[in-house]
Amino acid sequence: MTSFTSPAPAAPRPAPVDEPVEQGNSLWHDAWLRLRKNKLATFGLASLAVIAFACLLGPLLSPYGYEEQNLDLGASAPSGAHWLGTDTLGRDLLVRLLFGGRISLAVGLAATFVALTIGVVYGAVAGFFGGKLDALMMRSVDIMYSMPFPIFVILLMVLFGRNIILLFVAIGAVEWLTMARIVRGQVMSIKKMEFIEAARSLGLGRRRIIFRHILPNMLGPIIVYTTLTIPGVMLLEAFLSFLGLGVQPPMSSWGVLIKDGAEKMEEFPWLLVFPGTVFSLTLFSLNFLGDGLRDALDVRSSKD
Amino acid sequence: MLRFITSRFLQSLLALFLVITATFFMVRFVPGGPFTAEKAVTPEILRNLEAHYGLDKPLGQQYLDYLGSLARGDLGPSFKYPNRTVNEIIFDKVPVSAELGSISLAVALVLGIGLGTLAAIRRNTWVDYVASSFGMIGISIPTFVVGPLLVLALAIHLGWFNASGWYGPADRVLPALVLGIAYAAPISRLTRGGLLEVLNQDFIRTARAKGASEFRVVTRHALRGGLLPVVSFLGPAVAGILTGSFVIETIFQIPGIGREFVNSAFNRDYTLVLGTVILYAVLIMALNLAVDIAQAWMNPKVRLES
Repeated sequence: MTSFTSPAPAAPRPAPVDEPVEQGNSLWHDAWLRLRKNKLATFGLASLAVIAFACLLGPLLSPYGYEEQNLDLGASAPSGAHWLGTDTLGRDLLVRLLFGGRISLAVGLAATFVALTIGVVYGAVAGFFGGKLDALMMRSVDIMYSMPFPIFVILLMVLFGRNIILLFVAIGAVEWLTMARIVRGQVMSIKKMEFIEAARSLGLGRRRIIFRHILPNMLGPIIVYTTLTIPGVMLLEAFLSFLGLGVQPPMSSWGVLIKDGAEKMEEFPWLLVFPGTVFSLTLFSLNFLGDGLRDALDVRSSKD
Repeated sequence: MLRFITSRFLQSLLALFLVITATFFMVRFVPGGPFTAEKAVTPEILRNLEAHYGLDKPLGQQYLDYLGSLARGDLGPSFKYPNRTVNEIIFDKVPVSAELGSISLAVALVLGIGLGTLAAIRRNTWVDYVASSFGMIGISIPTFVVGPLLVLALAIHLGWFNASGWYGPADRVLPALVLGIAYAAPISRLTRGGLLEVLNQDFIRTARAKGASEFRVVTRHALRGGLLPVVSFLGPAVAGILTGSFVIETIFQIPGIGREFVNSAFNRDYTLVLGTVILYAVLIMALNLAVDIAQAWMNPKVRLES
């Protein structure tokens, strides 16, 4: 799994060469234009949109249900009736794939949201108040960093029945540490800047300074890291499901489908190839999008 | 420097203690015990079993007993494998995982650093694009997709290898390749990024100006700084490679410690679960400590900050 350390303080980079800025050409608009120029990131964004739409709408349009069995048919190769074929119980693979996608994407988004919330609040508090509180909070993060978390997640899933809510919470609880470090570093560097001093000298309250002045200035790194967290989380879910510890049948997730496919690949290779491809394509797109966002928002991180 | 190492060491000890305590109570508070799955256990036998393993004592007493024997290096008896201790089981399984891990690590380092360096010095040429795509593809395609696909192609269709098992040297190839590639991908990206940053710096220009060959500039001057991000990645990565190959061990049916851990959790084999968790924790902490020290040694900036 990828490991991040907190980003180095932003170094001056050559300013993007822009035409004289027209009115209303905000920072975000510039970033969007830069993102659009990055072909791989655009490809990632587009393919994610297609996959997400297909997962949301596809099952509604299909004549088959995700647990609808057709035992007479059994495992059949892709055909006109079943575009991606059927599994050994005669269930339509395409519908199961789209349905599994809903679960996988939902787990990815929900668990990332848990991680994001804990990480931002924790990091902002530590960074803003500093001093002893910061030292205590960050030492605790250091200690938690050195714990074997994937092991704990496996243990949790084995011990407390494989409950999908627990899955969100367990994964989210593992992934917030890096976010907390990034946010703390950002807050520490931003709060020393002159415009914060100016805000303070104008007599603004703490809350207003945090939410109106500090937070908007670190949205870039937060967005980038969030985008890069989602594939990590989805990978963890699929990994647990592959070990039989995640999502349980008859529900499907991409991890479950890959697990089933791997067991039967000798006779029915399409059961492995299609879910594997879609899952990899999704991770691929998310990684490219995250990379593109990092360049577009000009975030330097130690990742590369 | 010594103070830095000491404080990190104490911190790790505290973390280890927390891990042990949390795991101990987490396992106990879960429904089901090690003997619930066994058939035809009469209440008397169950009582005898529990008395034999000290499970009838109050939980606090059990905890202290466990810590006591742990301090002597004894991880206790296994509940599921009669007449075997956790120490024996671990010594039995760890060499297998460690062998797989070391080969994979070698693959990951050679492939990752090699490709990353090539990409950096041939920046924006087709060499760079090929190497960088490898990095992105390797990161995005999970081991549990690559593994079965390689088995399908190389073992089942071409028949070059066995699809699973852990007997001869040929059985090492596929698992080590799959695991190695998974870690080579991020390493190649980190190497490329780290090198690119260093190659622009003044001391590299100085080295070139002094007439050092390009090979020497890269290997002697640039790589030392350029590999810093790789080194900090290696801590968790090595721990993951050496132990966390649950998926690989499952796919290829390798009798390593990863599979044993998952099974022990299913079986509620309290002591074996605790033993493996402690093993992982110690390993991860030791590696993180090693990484901190290596970084301090490689980068004067880190050294001064602490």
